[in-house]
Amino acid sequence: MDYIQTTNFIGDWVRGLGLPWGLDRAVNGILGALTIAGVVMAGATLLVWVERKVSALIQSRLGPMRVGPWGILQSVADILKLLVKEILVPNGADRLVYFLAPMLPLTAAFMVLAVIPFGPTLQVANPDLGVPYLIAMGGIGVLGILIGGWASNNKFSLLGSLRSGAQMVSYEISVAVILLFITLVSGTTDLRTLVLTQQGTVLDWWVFKVPGLGLAAFVLYLISSTAELNRAPFDIAEAEQEIAAGYHTEYSGMGFAMFFLAEYGNLIASAGVAATCFLGGFLPPAIGVPAVDRALFAVPGLVWFALKVAALILGYMWFRWTFPRPRVDQLMALEWKFLLPVNLGLLSLGALFTAMGWVLP
Amino acid sequence: MELVPATDQALPPGFLTARSGRATEEYFINMGPQHPSTHGVLRLVLRLDGETVVEVVPHLGYIHRGIEKQAEAQTYLQYLHLTDRMDYLSSHHNNHAVCLAIEKAMGIGVPERGEYIRIIVDELQRIQSHLVFFACFGADLGALTCILQGFKAREYITDLFDAVCGSRLTMNFFRPGGSVRDVPEDFTDRVRAVCGKVDAMLAEFDRLLTGNLITKERARGIGVLPRAEAIALGCTGPVLRGSGVDFDLRKKAPYGYYDRFEFSVPLGEAGDSWDRYLIRMEEMRQSLRILEQACRSFPGGPYRSKEKPAYRLPTGTWFGAVETPRGVFSTWIVAEKGEKPWRIHSRSPSLANLAALNPMCVGHKIADLITILATIDPVIPDMDR
Amino acid sequence: MTLRERFSMVFGGALSMFKGMAVTGHWLSHPKGIVTEQYPENRKTLAMHPNFRGEVVMPHDAAGEHKCTGCSLCEKACPNGSISVLNTRNLAGKKVLGKYLYRLDSCTLCALCVEACPFDAIRMGQNFELARYDRSGFELTLNQKEGR
Repeated sequence: MDYIQTTNFIGDWVRGLGLPWGLDRAVNGILGALTIAGVVMAGATLLVWVERKVSALIQSRLGPMRVGPWGILQSVADILKLLVKEILVPNGADRLVYFLAPMLPLTAAFMVLAVIPFGPTLQVANPDLGVPYLIAMGGIGVLGILIGGWASNNKFSLLGSLRSGAQMVSYEISVAVILLFITLVSGTTDLRTLVLTQQGTVLDWWVFKVPGLGLAAFVLYLISSTAELNRAPFDIAEAEQEIAAGYHTEYSGMGFAMFFLAEYGNLIASAGVAATCFLGGFLPPAIGVPAVDRALFAVPGLVWFALKVAALILGYMWFRWTFPRPRVDQLMALEWKFLLPVNLGLLSLGALFTAMGWVLP
Repeated sequence: MELVPATDQALPPGFLTARSGRATEEYFINMGPQHPSTHGVLRLVLRLDGETVVEVVPHLGYIHRGIEKQAEAQTYLQYLHLTDRMDYLSSHHNNHAVCLAIEKAMGIGVPERGEYIRIIVDELQRIQSHLVFFACFGADLGALTCILQGFKAREYITDLFDAVCGSRLTMNFFRPGGSVRDVPEDFTDRVRAVCGKVDAMLAEFDRLLTGNLITKERARGIGVLPRAEAIALGCTGPVLRGSGVDFDLRKKAPYGYYDRFEFSVPLGEAGDSWDRYLIRMEEMRQSLRILEQACRSFPGGPYRSKEKPAYRLPTGTWFGAVETPRGVFSTWIVAEKGEKPWRIHSRSPSLANLAALNPMCVGHKIADLITILATIDPVIPDMDR
Repeated sequence: MTLRERFSMVFGGALSMFKGMAVTGHWLSHPKGIVTEQYPENRKTLAMHPNFRGEVVMPHDAAGEHKCTGCSLCEKACPNGSISVLNTRNLAGKKVLGKYLYRLDSCTLCALCVEACPFDAIRMGQNFELARYDRSGFELTLNQKEGR
């Protein structure tokens, strides 16, 4: 199946209007930003509800049930409540940094999602260096947590932000190495091309295409990205049993809501990256039987992408509500003594496999 | 660790060790009374070096209600209902201790059925309390599913208590000479049904948390309490047995009919948090064993010996002690003429076990402090009374 | 730690994680296990156990008569002084119950008063919704009319 050479059909349509003075670029930029903001906000709001329902089912409860059918509007109500709540600034807080901090993690989520191909013709931007860009943007989120905890003038917050700094800086290395592995085996850093290298059947997805290694890289990515996302079981930065709420102890109202939404925005972004790199992005799970494949290809790529992301997010939630949390030093040991050596080994093996051509046809 | 009285005036009250000569700056942090994992309203002042705990000073008194002083103005029966409110997770055991003291003083016997009721209810409560321990331990480690599933398993027992005693938490069920009312007709069947459900949940809990590598890594070698120190600090219950000391009042000084039942007392070896956790999980299984035996030979007959119009204890001192889920709870009554005691003192296991917190925590991380506190399984109203 | 131990730790650990996930997966996929009760909605079907200890009530028969003789045993039995039995004299000059004052706010629902009562005049009710909008709601008079 051929995919047309456009990455963003809306963008092409705007460019075709022939607006003067580069206005088309401005319009495109605004449209892209609004799309991403919409995806993150709507997705995060929905995911908060989903997470609460999943955790409720695991814990034999019902979860939110009062606002809307099955409580589906609960998170909307929560966000509205947080919007109108008073924003308390602790005594001695660094006000500028204090208010700047909640915006950064959300920004990071926006920036990552901007380059993810949601569908064959739905990608806000397609930089040639998509993979290195992803690695770079991942680093912005931690900055917000670091300075937020420091600016709060609270010892619990400071502990949380320092923990988070140590943790995320370490785990970014792992994530970066795994993304490099994908770049190495696929031979491209352009995310759209990366998806298109996985055309064919399910076995052509990178998770299966490199025998063994792909699956290992996928699992390692899931572990490392859980840690990078600051999600339980690796949520030592906000470990509520230990340090109250960690870096966002002192945030109330919208400041807290921004951190909270960013967590889910980053979850979408991370699952999106995993779906793009390992699970064939917007490609349908073709099985090689022409009749079935034709039906599968009839479904828009956006739907396949959303399904893959949803499945991955369910997996993240399943982790979260099962495992206890490792200690700070154990988490660091896991990264530096286990994950990083294994990932580097994986990278070398990936180079070997690519050089020798030991890849499924 | 040698305690050097601090000469530094800048130290907050309660800290005993002098400021260390380390290059890094130490700081103090106030954990509690409102903190997610101080099990209620315990206030801990931590002295930290980075994330490492240098010293912990627990501050009590946040939920002090003066129960021992109130007791002096109340009759023995009235005092009985106050003991529910000390250790709310073992209110039956608290009642039992007071009843034992009164029975000893007045020479009241307990009919066989009464003793069986007491043992069944006591053991159910032990399982219930340990389930709460499991729930809180899991939650303190970050596995939040444990807290709700643990409480779900506990709910089966609570529901039975509700049906039998009329209340869920402060049961006020035991009386000198037996219990306040007889158990329902189908009591043993219900107990068996509850035991079956709890047993099934325990198997799931083992797969969920006990077998998990992270749990083991978090608890093993954390908060080691040496045998000698555990004895010296007056620890009892799973905290003491975790350090390998074979001391269980049910075996060492059997009250009631405990000598009729077959059960074993699990002991730890290393004295760390992991041992204390495993001991509690095993104690639940042993309690299920006792319950099974008690249900099999549950006798008929009266549930309470003849009621006295008023309980006037002979002048003197009277003592009753039971093994609660947390350790030895004992009541010491100084009786004088009349219906009211001159003085009542309770020895609560949580308070004595809390003394082991500081020696266990030194040198560990904040996260370990939470693990250690969870394995002490303190009940704060029991400490403060 | 030997290499063999390290490997067994990694793979045993991974296996233990999967076991845990199987347990939570089972709970996730079996909504039958849900135990939540939708409380205000299920009020009509909510039944307490017969022994349940709610607030103290004084049952009255069809004629509006209660069994209380005003002996004050319950007042003596109460640990918190929640009960005041105010007696009066009826036309025949006999001492009868005037007002049975019950202060719900200081009551601990221990049921010692019910145990103490020789006439079964009071018992623990089934009502568990004991919240009131202001304090005066906690001052209850249990008998409906004076005397008997």
